Amino acid sequence: MSVLVYTESEEGKFKKIALEAVSYAKGIADAMGTSVTAVAINGGNASELATYGAAKILEVSNDSLTNFNAEAYADVVAQAAKKEDAKVVILTASANSKFMAPLVAVNLEAGYVPNVTGLPVSTSPFKVKHSVFTNKAFSFTEITTDIKLVGLAKNAYGLKEASAAGASENFAPNLDAHDFDMKIVSVDKATDKVTIADAEIVVSGGRGLKGPENWGMIEELAGILGAATACSKPVSDMGWRPHSEHVGQTGKPVAATLYIAIGISGAIQHLAGINSSKVKVVINNDPEAPFFKAADYGIVGDAFEVIPQLNEKLKEFKAQNA
Amino acid sequence: MKILVCISHVPDTTSKINFTDGDTKFDTNGVQFVINPNDEFGLTRAMWFKEKQGATVHVINVGGPETEPTLRKALAIGADEAIRVNTPATDGFSVAKQLANVAKEGAYDLIIGGRESIDYNGGMVPGMLAKLIGANFVNTCISLEVNGNEATAIREIDGGKETLKTSLPLVVGGQKGLVEESDLRIPNMRGIMQARSKPLTVKEPADATSETVAVSFEKPAPKGAVKLVDNVDDLINLLHNEAKVI
Repeated sequence: MSVLVYTESEEGKFKKIALEAVSYAKGIADAMGTSVTAVAINGGNASELATYGAAKILEVSNDSLTNFNAEAYADVVAQAAKKEDAKVVILTASANSKFMAPLVAVNLEAGYVPNVTGLPVSTSPFKVKHSVFTNKAFSFTEITTDIKLVGLAKNAYGLKEASAAGASENFAPNLDAHDFDMKIVSVDKATDKVTIADAEIVVSGGRGLKGPENWGMIEELAGILGAATACSKPVSDMGWRPHSEHVGQTGKPVAATLYIAIGISGAIQHLAGINSSKVKVVINNDPEAPFFKAADYGIVGDAFEVIPQLNEKLKEFKAQNA
Repeated sequence: MKILVCISHVPDTTSKINFTDGDTKFDTNGVQFVINPNDEFGLTRAMWFKEKQGATVHVINVGGPETEPTLRKALAIGADEAIRVNTPATDGFSVAKQLANVAKEGAYDLIIGGRESIDYNGGMVPGMLAKLIGANFVNTCISLEVNGNEATAIREIDGGKETLKTSLPLVVGGQKGLVEESDLRIPNMRGIMQARSKPLTVKEPADATSETVAVSFEKPAPKGAVKLVDNVDDLINLLHNEAKVI
């Protein structure tokens, strides 16, 4: 028996969410008196996983798995879980994890709960807390199957170092033709921009910015902070910014460390989507904007005056604290 | 082409969320229910396939009689037939099982669900359904074209998008992008009248066990008051020294 964790990597390097997932798996393994096995597909340096508590690392090296493929990746994780007799399997909130999770669940006959916000409330029965109603509430849910599949919410647990053996082992899964029914034609990914999914800081603009031509100062602010840019629903509906930047209930969820909302009034659907961010800052010229009720810090003021000032001062701040 | 659109019956996005019975049940009192927004983008895309490619569109919901107005709305938007599987939707897996049972009988070429429902945010039903019936599956789908037995789909990935080629039968987990917000249709009077006479079949459920049980609910702790500052120096200072996020 063990806790199995899937560790996502990009260009031969483990992603931060993978390390967080290993930390989390270690927390569960400790509570259950067992150890962590990580499975990595064409992954990074396995010893990095040991630093966060992986006792064993199953390394899959396979050229046909260079690109993510939900069907095949799900088979790899399910086969690894069976081989290790894993009773708990950990995935994350990444787009790829959420894509493959239901396939893994059916394969392992495992009950699946996504958006889990911390260690299980109890391990017998196995009960977890997870966000529902797009962060407007939490549910305490029991997983009643023999194998439990847990999707860890983003930024919910953090990195915790815990040294473990980290014994590396080659793992060759059995893949069949159906695993490759889906062909990737092209991947269109901005490599020079921080993505909303990976960002620690997100800078978001709303209708108060009056038009797409005014996003220069938002992009500048994001650049200074190493942040991702995002926007409200009306802004993406009007085509000022791409849909991929729309955050909120029907857009992307944001669980950043710092979320800065500029010229966004704070409709309930928007607030739901960004609610699990740790610190929220609002800059809006309307003191009655609902966002002020949901924010930690606020400036009542005209974005066109405040943001250029903020950018200048932040540059100075960054220069001093570099 | 035969299309099945899975419709989740969810509280309107503006709903206040409360619980009753000692925080064990969602309080439906005063809540307006709607077609799950992610499903509505899929339904609207299905209407496009119906009008341009002669597809037949069925909609389905797993739930009690209270979900029928939501199915009627889907019929008013233009779906040809509705199916309700008469059992409460207890967890994602049991819903996927019920859908799989109907999907197998109906031999659908394309099944469209939402990326997730906005109530329980499980995001698992389309994927589980695909696996249960052995169909291909594309999640977070933002564009879908079908040509004969071949499908081209674009899915959103973290930080970009990916174009995929696959074949029918196909299940997609859809979202905004399948159609634009401005393409969504408000049922007109004629549609509403026609919907009344379109078939809405109630099917008794197949055997399916739940794998997860929601035991209780909790609302987030109330938020402290916002700290208002009147200059950017104070803001930077607070973010650095108090919140420690920059």
